[in-house]
Amino acid sequence: MHTNRHLRRKFINGFMQAITCFCALLVVVPLCLVFYHVLKSGIGSINWAFFTQLPKPVGESGGGMANAIVGTFELLGLAALLGVPVGVLGGIFLSEYGSIRLNWAIRFGADVLNGVPSIIWGMVVYALVVIRQGRFSALAGGIVLGMIMIPLIMRTTEEVLRLVPTNYREAALALGIAQWRMILQIVVRTALKGIVTGVLLAMARVSGETAPLLFTALGNRYWNHHLSDPIAALPLQIFNYAISPYEDWHRQAWAGALVLLFFVAAVNVSVRALTRDKFGQRS
Amino acid sequence: MLMTEDQQKVKPPALKVLPKPAVPQAKTPPEACASTPAISVRDLSVYFGTNQVLKRVNLDVPARAVTAIIGPSGCGKSTFLRAINRMHDLVPTARIEGRIQLFGQDIHGSHLEPVQVRRRVGMVFQKSNPFPTMSIADNVTVGLRLNGMRKNSVLAERMEQALGMAALWDEVKDRLGAPAVSLSGGQQQRLCIARALAVQPEVLLMDEPASALDPLATARIEDLILELKRDYTIIIVTHNMQQAARISDDTAFFYLGELIEFGSTSKLFTSPSKKQTEDYVTGRFG
Repeated sequence: MHTNRHLRRKFINGFMQAITCFCALLVVVPLCLVFYHVLKSGIGSINWAFFTQLPKPVGESGGGMANAIVGTFELLGLAALLGVPVGVLGGIFLSEYGSIRLNWAIRFGADVLNGVPSIIWGMVVYALVVIRQGRFSALAGGIVLGMIMIPLIMRTTEEVLRLVPTNYREAALALGIAQWRMILQIVVRTALKGIVTGVLLAMARVSGETAPLLFTALGNRYWNHHLSDPIAALPLQIFNYAISPYEDWHRQAWAGALVLLFFVAAVNVSVRALTRDKFGQRS
Repeated sequence: MLMTEDQQKVKPPALKVLPKPAVPQAKTPPEACASTPAISVRDLSVYFGTNQVLKRVNLDVPARAVTAIIGPSGCGKSTFLRAINRMHDLVPTARIEGRIQLFGQDIHGSHLEPVQVRRRVGMVFQKSNPFPTMSIADNVTVGLRLNGMRKNSVLAERMEQALGMAALWDEVKDRLGAPAVSLSGGQQQRLCIARALAVQPEVLLMDEPASALDPLATARIEDLILELKRDYTIIIVTHNMQQAARISDDTAFFYLGELIEFGSTSKLFTSPSKKQTEDYVTGRFG
């Protein structure tokens, strides 16, 4: 009787462990599958022309996505111009200033915004910018990506600033340093790596946004020469090519997906490298 | 145990670089400082929310002397210390009543910003806290740099002075650019003292500066305090009664937020006038 119960317990223990292990693997499997499939389908169309040439007209094979690649970086730059200062300064306010109630409200608002579907951001900017300007534009695309970045950056900035021990703040103030200088030169400097990490992750996140760009940047088969003109972006180009009926475009869409995936993975890996550095980093 | 007189006669070589001490503002000439109190506290009460932590404390801290503050945990020692450089301004729930004068000037006066008070009243904390992103040199000069001092010659001079006074110069002069966190615990605490001295305050508050250090490092800090009192007014909070007896000229005993007794260290430790003081210094409680 006794050994029986013991065996039963051991069996259940092993069984449950196997289930949790299986579920953990389930998380990783799709990642590997996605990488494998995108790599297999896209690598064949990756060549020099893909990075340097404009898309060719329908029916002509070859060409590339140079404009979309550059466009994505342009859009990210515009988004960063809006999202980084507002997000970082907002995060500083949440961590260093304000009152408990006000900050609770702002934090709650930011968390809700983080959950807003990106297509809604697209509609909002479409209504506010595109309709008013009367045209789709790179500017509108940058604004919408920047707006998605703001709450993301704000919350991560706040979190890493709060990790800076209070005694550094006190030490600085006790030296007669003004509070704003203390925040910029001591607190933000101590947490700088964390802030940069948050910014990079936010940029990686919005670099793949497609829905909001459909309403704003629209896409462009040529180079964008002015911020008030539509601009190409990798996710847009992938979307357009993937739903097209042409074999050649499908292959190019896979190649675009590979480049985008590679970019996001590279950002994540470099963020890892950044946070692993021991000096000045405390968790 | 009281070796203060002996210590004063010893003139250590590091003191060659002692700068002209920061002089109190106008009115009180430096000579008069020995007689007029550096800090005069009247009816000081500190509340956190509805909790009264300090109860009508009256105390005159003599200039250029070491004043020790002793008492069991939670008696308001640190609260008292932090009231003097207005650190409670950072706590939204803190409320302060009463008056604190720094060389005759009300530190809550409308013409004085907390920042100005803190420049004149330096502070060293229990846990050494050099800024982790900065080198040894930058840690010492940070108070000057962030208060607008740009001249490299002045910064270098003050850095050497401050490190010399903190008895750290010889140990770090060859690696001033190394990260401050690479120093040992005792060195880090002396670095923090140097950092506080570099802005040339008039008063130095020390909140259990040696409680996290081993006996050797503690002895160095104590020697340092005895040297510094020639130029600075020092108030030190300590849990260690032997330490208070070794380094201080006067001692204040706090209990449950009240100042029970204040007097010369030798008197307070040998013939205290209050029963509670006697119980505490003889180790019957606390």
